[in-house]
Amino acid sequence: MSFSEFLAMGGYGFYVWTSYGLTLVVLLLNIIIPVVQRKQFFRQSLKQKRK
Amino acid sequence: MFLIPDIVVRFYHRMASPPHYYAFTKQIMPWLVVIFVLLTGAGLYGGLYLAPADYQQGDSYRIIYIHVPSAWMSLFIYMVMAITGAIGLVWRIKLAEVISISSAPIGASFTFIALVTGSLWGKPMWGTWWVWDARLTSELILLFLYLGVIGLYGAIDDKKIASKSVAILAIVGVVNIPIIHYSVEWWNTLHQGPTVTKMDKPSIHVSMLIPLLLMALSFKFYYLIALIQRSRVELLNRERNSQWVKTMLSEQQQ
Repeated sequence: MSFSEFLAMGGYGFYVWTSYGLTLVVLLLNIIIPVVQRKQFFRQSLKQKRK
Repeated sequence: MFLIPDIVVRFYHRMASPPHYYAFTKQIMPWLVVIFVLLTGAGLYGGLYLAPADYQQGDSYRIIYIHVPSAWMSLFIYMVMAITGAIGLVWRIKLAEVISISSAPIGASFTFIALVTGSLWGKPMWGTWWVWDARLTSELILLFLYLGVIGLYGAIDDKKIASKSVAILAIVGVVNIPIIHYSVEWWNTLHQGPTVTKMDKPSIHVSMLIPLLLMALSFKFYYLIALIQRSRVELLNRERNSQWVKTMLSEQQQ
């Protein structure tokens, strides 16, 4: 099986790869958002402390 | 009480204490990530490459490797959210409340993924993106339940009251869980019946079943990782005035 055949998914490439791509994006967001919130928390807390 | 070994009781008490939970989850995180990456790698290799195409659906069926585990997770996480919500309600354990509300966005994400990948699978196979069939409709209601929980929690400033309100909403919504599960048996649905949970003889070939189970396990570990990330931030925000957070902040400053 060639790589382009693999990508084509027997003609269903659009449906299969859109599904996998979207899942990747949503799952990544769930990891990134808490990291950003954590940084925000420390930044704000340290700022308040210095006041 | 005599039946529970002392070490289990001690572990439970330590884990229910926010600073211990915060430190412990940081320690186990790298291991969880390693297990998750291995499971996902093996599951995707098996599902997208090794497993043969379906004799009826061709390669389109490969959406199953994220669709079905996501749908399972959407139910599983809802039960975790409702049960920890009930524990928080009855015993006022702060950590249970935090686990409950931190689960909501992850559960909503998996419900969303199950619905969208189902739609992307339905279009080429059924000829339509969406039908108001019992399985699809009850899963959509699950998404609204999750969004309701997130919205209600955000709308109430006092997080103690917010947690109680959200727990009650989550517990009431449990009614929907068996409806989703049995919808394909109770009603005549366009959605296909169960192929894996027929325990006597699953009607799915083993070369397709193994990657599916690997992905299901991988998503469980993903949930653990995402839950830990979210709950640690939620815990920090709720405990911002407590001594252990203040100590940590002063250590960070140096």
